Amino acid sequence: MRRGREVAPRPGGVRPAGIAPPVIELRELTQVYPGGHVGLDRLTLEVQRGEFAFVVGPTGCGKSTLIKLLIGEVTPASGHVLIAGRDIQKIGAKKLPMLRRRIGTVFQDFKLLPNRTVYDNVAYALQVTGGTRSEIRRKVPEILRLVGLQTKIHNYPDELSGGEQQRVSIARAFVNHPPLLLADEPTGNLDPETSIGIMQLLYRINRTGTTVLVVTHDREMVDKMRRRVIALEAGRLVRDEHGGGYHDESTREFAARMRAEMGLEEARRLDELDR
Amino acid sequence: MSRLTFFIAEALRAMRRNAAPSVAAIVTIIVTTLLLGVLVPVLWASASKNSEVRNQIEQRVFLYEDASKSEITSLQHRLRQLPHVTAVQYVDKKQALKILRTRVKGDLKNSISQLKNNPLPRSFNVKVDDANNLEAVRQEIVPPGSAGQPKPISPIIQEVTDSRQQAATIRRVTSAVEIVLGVIAALLLLASLLLVANTIRLSIYARRREVEVMRLVGATNWFIRWPFVLEGLIVGLIGAGVAVGILWLGKVTIADPLSANLDLVANLQTMGFAPLVAILAGAAMAVSALGSGVTLRRFLRI
Repeated sequence: MRRGREVAPRPGGVRPAGIAPPVIELRELTQVYPGGHVGLDRLTLEVQRGEFAFVVGPTGCGKSTLIKLLIGEVTPASGHVLIAGRDIQKIGAKKLPMLRRRIGTVFQDFKLLPNRTVYDNVAYALQVTGGTRSEIRRKVPEILRLVGLQTKIHNYPDELSGGEQQRVSIARAFVNHPPLLLADEPTGNLDPETSIGIMQLLYRINRTGTTVLVVTHDREMVDKMRRRVIALEAGRLVRDEHGGGYHDESTREFAARMRAEMGLEEARRLDELDR
Repeated sequence: MSRLTFFIAEALRAMRRNAAPSVAAIVTIIVTTLLLGVLVPVLWASASKNSEVRNQIEQRVFLYEDASKSEITSLQHRLRQLPHVTAVQYVDKKQALKILRTRVKGDLKNSISQLKNNPLPRSFNVKVDDANNLEAVRQEIVPPGSAGQPKPISPIIQEVTDSRQQAATIRRVTSAVEIVLGVIAALLLLASLLLVANTIRLSIYARRREVEVMRLVGATNWFIRWPFVLEGLIVGLIGAGVAVGILWLGKVTIADPLSANLDLVANLQTMGFAPLVAILAGAAMAVSALGSGVTLRRFLRI
């Protein structure tokens, strides 16, 4: 199923055999809101498999619209969104849920269910997509270990810090190991140190081969990450830089460099002394 | 199987959190079902009474006490020759009393045997070929006289039953009852439909986060809808169950003793309790399914 989808020829284009299509491909994508406000203006770009890319820009530049278009929440005014070579407008309402199972999404406000525990929040994603009980029992503790919340599985979201809540939401998004992870302002509500932790986690997920696309307005953080940066302004692509070459660093090196670059090393040491 | 338990658990969880509107919807369904439970048998009975009247295609011609035998035979002869008349049967006083005895029961039967003499008149049963010709035959037996007053074809005729009037009276009364009860039932059905719809709408609102998460992680449309549909059906089921229980209590404590003592109630042709329960449960479920369906279509964008 998965393989078949990824090598499917993209409509209207001939691709040499054996080369997978980009995970995300946007062609002349335009979105206009009722009232004439332009969300996106003929945006064309590709994100390849395994990439870690940022989308940045001021408020109202179309970043969040982009996420909604990528998961088929809204339909574009014109142009095409291709996920793994498939035009999502041609998928149809019935198969759209299947596409969403292959895309993990993380939001600034976490979107956790307040009356369910950490474990149940993550299990819920498996339950509602038809996961079996044994599958849930196996996968949920595993993913919670990966995000570092194995000690908090029976806590409710309001008993967790913001960073921990975001980790739960990442665990939920990644529990099915989707090939693409979208994050809309994942660190918007978090302090810089916690943000680095979340970025480290997203980077770890990226290292497993998952394509990660992070939408943020935090340019400072993005500049220091040295990853691909797609900058939008008024719905147009104004910058697309494939940042400077740190792609093979480990997640530990990554976090250390991030802390150093953001001047947080000192703060972290002080923090550790307190504990 | 685990899916079904998941749906039911979600529906019950939603109902607990959404208790007030759920209870309101259940109570309305109870009232509606109760009313239907009374209305349906009443309509059934009146419909059967109507058809009974319609099938009575005979005119009864009652005679004066002092009619002589020769007068009676000549009248019988004349009646036989009227158009549309298929048979004329003579009922003398003894036979009339016998027929009356077979029609009544209990105390009334005893009081008949205590009568000193027979008060019943002699009569002719005039069978007519079709119910529509009843009135024509009546006109032949009692043609309107020159002064505008009816003048019977024979002086021994005391009275001719007016089955048309009888039927019309019954029909008028029952149709008025039917219309009033029908309007009330229709309004109540509408109210319960809207209340179920509203309950589901509030439930969707209360669970909008769950719905959002379900959509994000890729739950299929029907997977999202099923708990809400079940919630509506559970509301309908509880309402119908309670109403049927109350109806059964009413039948045991009121209707059964009444029909044991009163011939009027016992003689009413109506339906059994089991088919009635089936109809009511079906109606309650249909209303709640429709109510939740309408809301899902309008408010659950997937």
